[in-house]
This record gives sequence, structure tokens and C-alpha cells, in this order.
Amino acid sequence: MAVVDKKSAGTIAFKVSAYVFCALLTVMSLLPFIIMIVNSTRSSVQIQQHAISIIPSKYLFSNFEVLKDKDMFSPIRGFVNSIIISTGSTICNIYFSTMTAFALVAYDWKLRKPFFTFIMAILMIPAQLTSIGFYQFMYSIGMNNNFLALILPSIAAPTTVFFMRQYMIPSLPMEILQSARIDGASEFRIFNQIALPMMKPAMATQAIFSFVGSWNNLMLPSILLTKNNLYTMPMMVQLLTGDTYKTEYGAVYLGLLLTVIPLLLVYFLLSKYIIAGVALGGVKG
Amino acid sequence: MAKQPKGISYAKYGYLFSIPFVVAYLIFSLYPTIYTAVLGFTDCKGMGNKNWHILEHPFENFKMVLSNDSFITSLKNTIAIWLMNFFPQIVIALLLTAWFTSHTNEIKGKGIFKVIFYMPNIITAATVAILFTALFGYPVGPVNDILVSTGIKDSAFYFLVDRKAARGIVAFIQFWMWYGNTMIVLISGVLGISPDIYEAADIDGANGIQTFFKITIPNLKTVLLYTLITSLVGGLNMYDIPKVFLNGGPDKATLTTSVFIYNQAFSGSYLYNRAAAASMIMFLIIAVCSAILFYIMRDKDEEKLNKEIKRAKKNAQKAARGQSWR
Repeated sequence: MAVVDKKSAGTIAFKVSAYVFCALLTVMSLLPFIIMIVNSTRSSVQIQQHAISIIPSKYLFSNFEVLKDKDMFSPIRGFVNSIIISTGSTICNIYFSTMTAFALVAYDWKLRKPFFTFIMAILMIPAQLTSIGFYQFMYSIGMNNNFLALILPSIAAPTTVFFMRQYMIPSLPMEILQSARIDGASEFRIFNQIALPMMKPAMATQAIFSFVGSWNNLMLPSILLTKNNLYTMPMMVQLLTGDTYKTEYGAVYLGLLLTVIPLLLVYFLLSKYIIAGVALGGVKG
Repeated sequence: MAKQPKGISYAKYGYLFSIPFVVAYLIFSLYPTIYTAVLGFTDCKGMGNKNWHILEHPFENFKMVLSNDSFITSLKNTIAIWLMNFFPQIVIALLLTAWFTSHTNEIKGKGIFKVIFYMPNIITAATVAILFTALFGYPVGPVNDILVSTGIKDSAFYFLVDRKAARGIVAFIQFWMWYGNTMIVLISGVLGISPDIYEAADIDGANGIQTFFKITIPNLKTVLLYTLITSLVGGLNMYDIPKVFLNGGPDKATLTTSVFIYNQAFSGSYLYNRAAAASMIMFLIIAVCSAILFYIMRDKDEEKLNKEIKRAKKNAQKAARGQSWR
């Protein structure tokens, strides 16, 4: 009996310490957002007196008025611009990556293996490093201040191709392609009407990551887009560090909140898929 | 019989469907890469300069970058900040992985904890950086408010002008944004380990700690290396947080190589050649890192194959022995 008691005491101690630690991490992960949300409803004077509070106040609309008055920061324009860029680049990324994966899986061609090795080799090279040449090139052909310069490069996305290939190998039965061929379907139609629908789950997961990645991108847009009306959301956010907002604490918190809301919505609706996707990313390696 | 030649001709579709990728890669990736490399050897500076030439001493820019105090500082900072965020990150992620995958002590609410711990990773880094500037504000900021009202500090501390504090905060933000991601990757790695091994360990009477160090860690080696290298490559490219948080300051304490490159090229001085040379130096460092990863990953697949072949041979031998016995 004594042994059993000792064991259960150990289990309880373990559980208590584990839950306490997880609770602390929860506070650490959530507290900055809670402070942001609460302070966006408080006046700058209230924040100056006590910067931390868990009770929301009633200055949400007056903070919004402050944000509206300063014409540079426009969350709506940033939102629209970011939606255009992220949607465009996600569509390019997913459609053409699936197509490339299809080429790698469905057909037997001489350069198939070298091509895949090549994709593996460029997997880790970050676009950021070649931004100087990219900027000079885009500038010389007049593509700076053009959203296409941020959308079209997504056609070649090695990580997505890699993932799609891994997913396609077990889930694309060659017999179905063969029978479609006998029915006289063209290869392009086979891809669009048979392979693409089969890849839907993988495409959805990758689309989330592509969209969020493009949405959060800061360096390339801030190099290429110099006109204020083309600013993306992360570039709009940067304006909140300007001198005009030095003492407008409440308005800054509200501005941050406005830029975060779309992401938080996406996250809480799709967190299950997002976490499953991150887990897959680890296994793929 | 007539179908045979038609079947062979399908190969061309492999090439056809790869064209968009290859063309986009050549235009938007390879050409800019070569362009950057070439610019590193030229005198290209100033906005809209189209009239640049290869330098008489082609490696001049590289020499200048490598002897530039700011670049050396930024390289040191980048590595220091990465180390400061990676170690706590991997330790906490491993601890959580051990708890969340424990067979003997089931922890409830794992799903919710995962969702909460991963959340900071999805938020725009620029937003996070500004949020933290606000949190560590002086003289009034939430952190100072907590420190003073709980009596930990007598008066507010100006975190954002203190070099060590600023660097620590950048490392903390990186840690805060990435530990959930690392945890999920490690958990999926552990779930990939065959449950038979754990069962065997359990039967042999191994306790939780022994199981973790003797089974989980060795089996997790590849995933750990993958995490290490992806994190290192990400860390060497750290831009958003240090740029938006304090633009590399105070006194270059949070200046990373990516911020250095951006500032050389795009803020004021327009030294594209210098920035390109610095980019290429970083490119080489990262290429070496990713080559190591590439090697490790390829090794893994081969190892698996070899193991399978060995197992098949063993089984064949066993079967043969069994038969001769009979």
C-alpha cells in the first residue's frame, strides 16, 4: 500500500507542477494581447496613470477618431492591399505548386529526379537575401510599386512543391489517370478535374500558410512599395511608431488591434488545421 | 500494341507542367541572385543608378564589409540573439513535449495549450515588435507598471535605451513567437516513434525520465537537427523584429545582419554594392547550413532503406533457418 501511495503522491506533484508551468506559459502567451485589447478601449490619460488594467474602459471610439484623423495610417487601405497581394500570391503558389508536384509524381521523365533534387537544394534559401538584386531588377523594368512583383514570384515555391509531392504520392492513384486517358481527357484536364480536387485537403493547409506568410511579409513590400496608398498591413503598422503617435497610447493599441483582428479570426477558425499543418512540416523534414 | 509509343510520349507532360515553376524561378529567384552577386563587385550606389561598372579591385566591397565595424557587430548580435532565444526555446519545447506525450501521466487540455502556445507565431512580427515597444514603455508602460506596483523596482526602468535589456527583449520576442512552433514539431516527431519501443521500455520498468532520455531523445535526433538548422537559418535572417522594434538600436545593440543590409541599401546611403556584398556573405553562410541539412535528410532516407534491407535479410534468414529446422 505504501508504494502505491508514494507513486500517486509523485503523480500529483508532477501534475501540479506541469499544470502550473503550462498556466504560466499561457499567461505569457496571452497577456500581451489582453493588454493590447483592454488598452485599446482606454484613454491615453488612463494608460498614463496605470498602464495595466483588466477592466475595459469606454474610449474605444475616441481612440478610433484619433486614428482616423491622422491620414497616413489607414488600416482599411492596408487591409485591402494585403488581401489583394496575399490572395494573389496564395492562388499562384497553390495552383502552380500542385502542378509542379503533379509533373513530379504523375509522369516519368528523364530530368524528374534531378529536378526534385534541385527543389530540395533551394528549399532553404530565403528570398530576403537576394532582395538587392530583386529590387534593382524590378526597378529597371518599372515593376516597383506594382503588386505583381510580390505575387508572381509565388509561382515558384519550393517548400509547397515539396509538401504537395509528399502528399500526392500516396493519394493519387495512377489507374484513375489511366482510365481518364482512355476516356479521351487531355492531360491538362486530368490535372484540373481529377488531380486538383483530390489534393483539396493538402491545398487548404498550404493555402493557410502561404496566405499568412504573405500577409506578414515585411521586407520585400517595404523595399518595393514606396507609395503610401499601396502600403500593406505590416507597413501600415510601422507608421504607428511615428512621432504623431508619441502620446496617443490608446490609439496605438487600437491600431495594433485592428491589424491583428483578421489574423486572430483566421487562427481561431482554423487553428486545428494550422497546428496539424505545422506538425506535418516537422515530419516532412 | 499501338498504345505503347503513345504511353512513352507522356513524358513530355512532365516537362510541360514544370515550365511555370522553372520560368518563375529563373526570373524571380535565380536572376536576382546572380544580379545581387554581380552588384557586389560593382560601384553601383545611389537611387536609380543604371550606369555602374565592375570595380578595378572586384573584392573591394567584400573587404570593406568584412572590415566594417557595424557589420561585424551585426553578425555578432545576430548570433548572440539567436543563441539567447534558441536555448530556452528548445529546453521548454522539449519539456512540454515530454509532458504532452507522456503515456503514464496524461495531461488534460493539451489541445488548448497547443493552440495558445502557437498563437504568437501567426501574428505579424511588425505588430508584435510595436506591441512590445509599448509594453516596455518608459516612464509608463505595462511592464514598468507591474515592476513598480509590486515593489520589485523602486522606479521605472528605461528598457529601450539599455543595450542589454533591448537585446534581451528582442531575443525574448523571438523565443515567445517560436517556442510553440518548435513544441508542435517535436511532438509530431515523438508521435512518429514506434509505440512498441515505449511498450518494451514500460515492461522493462523504465520510469518517465529514463524513457525520455534513453528513447525519446535518441529517436528524435533528426527532428532536433531539422529544428536546429531551420531555426538557425531563420535566425540569421532575423529582420522584422529588430527593424521595427528599435531599428537596430540603441547604439547598434539589436542591429542584425538583415537590418544592416537593408539600411545600407535603402535608408539614406543607397550603397547597393555594399549591401549586395553583405548579402552574398550571408548567402554563403546559409548555403553551408542548408547543405548540412540537405545532407542529413538524405542520409536519413538512405538509412531507412538500409535498415529495411537488413530487416528483410534477417527475416529471410530466419525463415530459412526455420525451414531447415523443420
